[in-house]
Amino acid sequence: MGVEIQVHDLSKSFGKQLIWGDVTLTVPAGEICVMLGPSGTGKSVFLKTLIGLLKPDKGSIVIEGTDIASCSERELYEIRKLFGVLFQDGAMFGSMNLYDNVAFPLREHTRKSESEIRDIVMEKMDLVGLLGAEDKLPGEISGGMRKRAGLARALVLDPEIVLFDEPDSGLDPVRTAFLNQLIVDLNAQIDATFLIVTHDINTARTVPDNIGLLYHRHLAMFGPREQLLSSEEPVVRQFLNAQRVGPIGMSEEKDADELAAEAGQELPPLPPIPLQLDPSNGIPRRSQRPAGEWCRENGVTPPPGSFQSSNAGLAPGV
Amino acid sequence: MSSRALAPIGVAGNLFAFALDVARALFRRPFQLREFIQQAWFIASVTIVPTALVAIPFGAVIALQVGGLIKQFGAQSFTGSASVLAVVQQAAPIGTALLIAGAGGSAIAADLGARKIREELDAMMVLGIDPIQRLVVPRVLACMLVAFFLNGMVSVVGVTGGYVFNVVLQDGTPGAYLASFTALAQLPDLWIGLLKALVFGLIAAIVASYKGMNANGGPKGVGDAVNESVVITFLLLFIANFVLSMIYLQVVPPKGG
Repeated sequence: MGVEIQVHDLSKSFGKQLIWGDVTLTVPAGEICVMLGPSGTGKSVFLKTLIGLLKPDKGSIVIEGTDIASCSERELYEIRKLFGVLFQDGAMFGSMNLYDNVAFPLREHTRKSESEIRDIVMEKMDLVGLLGAEDKLPGEISGGMRKRAGLARALVLDPEIVLFDEPDSGLDPVRTAFLNQLIVDLNAQIDATFLIVTHDINTARTVPDNIGLLYHRHLAMFGPREQLLSSEEPVVRQFLNAQRVGPIGMSEEKDADELAAEAGQELPPLPPIPLQLDPSNGIPRRSQRPAGEWCRENGVTPPPGSFQSSNAGLAPGV
Repeated sequence: MSSRALAPIGVAGNLFAFALDVARALFRRPFQLREFIQQAWFIASVTIVPTALVAIPFGAVIALQVGGLIKQFGAQSFTGSASVLAVVQQAAPIGTALLIAGAGGSAIAADLGARKIREELDAMMVLGIDPIQRLVVPRVLACMLVAFFLNGMVSVVGVTGGYVFNVVLQDGTPGAYLASFTALAQLPDLWIGLLKALVFGLIAAIVASYKGMNANGGPKGVGDAVNESVVITFLLLFIANFVLSMIYLQVVPPKGG
């Protein structure tokens, strides 16, 4: 039933270069969160810090009472058994076929018999639509298949927390839509805590319960999906609507001259907030909130046309 | 400025810390027998033939050199002994080391480096498996085992090569070559040769694993890691050989000296 991740005052730098600082947020148990940010803002670094692959310079990450930033290596290996991680390229073991890859965590960590392992592996392979490809080597399949195989391996130990490192990078829009649906269905099914790192706007607008935005070496905002999608905050607004007008420039933030030149420009109105993606069986997820609830509770008027359809304000074809 | 000057010390410290990690993981169960056997077989398969081919000229050169020198002293009957001493004590472990570092070590560094940049090692750690225990320990042990056996093979092939060159090319007498074996050489020479081979295998595998697991910067990083691991291993091996030889010559006095 998912566990909460409490991140407090986290900072990380490489050498003298600060990647991000003072990141404080709580990833609620069982919910889907998306961490957004322009390229090069350290989203993947954030993910790797969460699983203890990188040590933060200061701050704490508390999961079930254990602080990942300061615990011993033994505790770290224990707590990692709660995690399932989907790496950017799947990170499949190149010397094993897909079946052995997915079976690997079971063989290493459990005393299950080969026939039990076979049942579990086949179930997960079916879940990600890879039945029939068990004997292929990771080098022989496409990037999308590798990603799905990586997801099957991440799920095989029934994790409490699933982290996705750019699940949609390098996938075509149709496969991305299927993968997003799969993520929502999975969350409905296993109730684990999901954290997705991406810069795909469509994913961010429709999939999560909460959105966070990393920008300019800090966490610009973290909160419920409707809060960010209805936000007038310049950075959030620019990023979530993929506009050129705003503080984010081509390389990093814009300088004063560029901002002054934009001062008079009228911002296009906020697009309507789309409906959240439902699980394919139609039964809302346990952590899902009714559309428009946050806006009503906080007295925010959502942009006109909100909550009418599931693809409002999105790029076509989704 | 000072940080740049101190950087090599940091690297040396990291390498040593890595070696300690490996030593600690050595005793952690379960032992990865399958990986160990696969790696031992793999390292043996890439090193046996080149080692044998290197060993023949090695033995021959020593036989020719020593034979020529010894002839001037009129002590041809000791040629066999001298070449056995040189081959068993020095040439065999060094030849083994070069091949273990050049063929086995580079393969290990390339393999682990590729796994590192494909995030396989990260994935393994996230799955709660320590890559040092799972991957490095079997490789280190496999390298030591193969080095041990290669050392024996180089000794045999080298001495045989020396025999052929001494008898066929330098008109030495077969009987004298064989009979003089024990005139200068003694059993501890064999032990130190084998000990050296074990130490060299250890160093080669540790350096190669360390470099491979710390590769970064894409495919080029893997190439650099392989290159650095071979160079560093060679340097370390020659230093280790020097130190071990010094200690040995102090502890075990040469026969007939």
